[in-house]
Amino acid sequence: MSARTAILRDSFLRRLAVALYRRPGAALALLLALPLAWLLVAYLGSLAILFANALFRIDPFTARVIPEPGLQNFERLISNDVYRTITLRTLGIATAVTVTTAVLAFPVAYFMARVASNRTRGLMVVAVLMPLWASYLVKVYAWRIILAQDGILNWALAPLGIRGPGFGDVATWLVFSYLWLPYMILPIYAGLQRIPQSLLEASSDLGARPGSTFRRVILPLVLPAVVAGSIFTFSLTMGDYIAPQLVSSTQFIGNVIFANVGSSGDLPFAAAFATVPVLVMVVYLLVARRLGAFEAL
Amino acid sequence: MGRAGLRVVTGAILLFIYFPLVLVIVYAFNRNIVASWPIPGLTLQWWARAIANPGVRDALLTSIVAGIGATVVALLLGSLAALAVDRFRFFGREAISFVVILPIALPGIVTGIAINSAVGAFGIGFGLATVIVGHATFCVVLVYNNVLARFRRSSRSIEEASADLGADTWQTFRHVTFPVVRSALLAGALLAFALSFDEIIVTTFTRGDVKTLPIWIFENYRLANQAPIVNVVAVIAITLSVIPVYLASRLTSDAAGVTR
Repeated sequence: MSARTAILRDSFLRRLAVALYRRPGAALALLLALPLAWLLVAYLGSLAILFANALFRIDPFTARVIPEPGLQNFERLISNDVYRTITLRTLGIATAVTVTTAVLAFPVAYFMARVASNRTRGLMVVAVLMPLWASYLVKVYAWRIILAQDGILNWALAPLGIRGPGFGDVATWLVFSYLWLPYMILPIYAGLQRIPQSLLEASSDLGARPGSTFRRVILPLVLPAVVAGSIFTFSLTMGDYIAPQLVSSTQFIGNVIFANVGSSGDLPFAAAFATVPVLVMVVYLLVARRLGAFEAL
Repeated sequence: MGRAGLRVVTGAILLFIYFPLVLVIVYAFNRNIVASWPIPGLTLQWWARAIANPGVRDALLTSIVAGIGATVVALLLGSLAALAVDRFRFFGREAISFVVILPIALPGIVTGIAINSAVGAFGIGFGLATVIVGHATFCVVLVYNNVLARFRRSSRSIEEASADLGADTWQTFRHVTFPVVRSALLAGALLAFALSFDEIIVTTFTRGDVKTLPIWIFENYRLANQAPIVNVVAVIAITLSVIPVYLASRLTSDAAGVTR
């Protein structure tokens, strides 16, 4: 590049910089154009189209979507026992998973935040973080191997004369609790770390035993963090359909949605059923925000 | 619960977290073709078979290309949005964080069918490009969060100092702003890659006939003669998603910010 074009280019860039500095609106528009086009128009747009579909129905002969709004899909959801059972199973297991992970996460988080040395703590944060990212599918698959008929669990339990749960709802509960446990440990750990030591000392100075300090000081202070963790454990369980498919023969909401997408399916009905987890999550998030969970994320 | 008790319980739970992963690794060297326990002995033959398997090689390559594609798009969109939110006050600013987080907060199947029906409606064919679009959509938040957190921790005064010393906007960006966020960008990119590499649900709805590594595992885990190779592929999948996360957690001081 000759010196002359270099100077021209520099002066153009400089003038552009000055122009953008003088018109922050233009600079902002330049920054936001691409992300907003992608997320607002493409993503939210497709979500809107999807949920508009929930009001439509499918022509039984041509399998085409008829765009006449109506509530027939929701009527079918409410009146049909099968879908009610599936919804209750999904929500029930999501609740059980949330409680289980909270109980399991607490001692680990407490140890990390309040007992471990700085060095151990750093190592443990990484130790909890890594499996969270290790391939989701592989983790479910690992449990399939563990719970199988001639798997390691039955082998270990055989001397005791008992058998493992095999595949089914119990396996689903176990696998989900395993999968989402790190999501619960990390916020509780952060929440426990935020409690000042002086508060616990004050509690014991005022005569509280460790048990009542735990119940009346630690638990209330760490509750928002538990709720923050529960957002993950609950919503991830509710939206999943792969794990139930691998370790159970019973269906989750996601399995029904999945089965209804595609050429032989009923997209309007799938969309209607998909509103259930979304609505549950919206309510859940509103309650969680009131409990202060967003500050603990 | 005493301290000793707490230590034992914590150790047991960590064991519970790592046991299934270790077991998959052990099975990848299992001499027996069936994944029963106990195993009769160890072998390396499944590794040779997996590496020679064209399906595995194609899937691995596809996953890497999709991961890089999604990461590049997420880097661009995420850092632009973070810059806008950090530097400007505008109507709907609070909503940006919400919109960015939505694709990952909603169940994967919802994001999956939304993109599926939108792409279908416009008559675009499904393939690697649509997989990248789908992955990028939920990867943006990782770059966005990392970069925004870094901006909020760093002081604007160094940029003002740079301007006072005569640097123009571009020089300031190149010599001051960019070095400040460089490691946050890298951390966000590593996490985006790991998330994309691991993803199966949105992939299922956007892939057409493209096969990523998780899709390959999903299609083959039931096939008896493929089972030992699936174990090897599983170990590869664990390794390639965990290494980027390990590097990312070293790049960012607040490891808790690395949660999805």
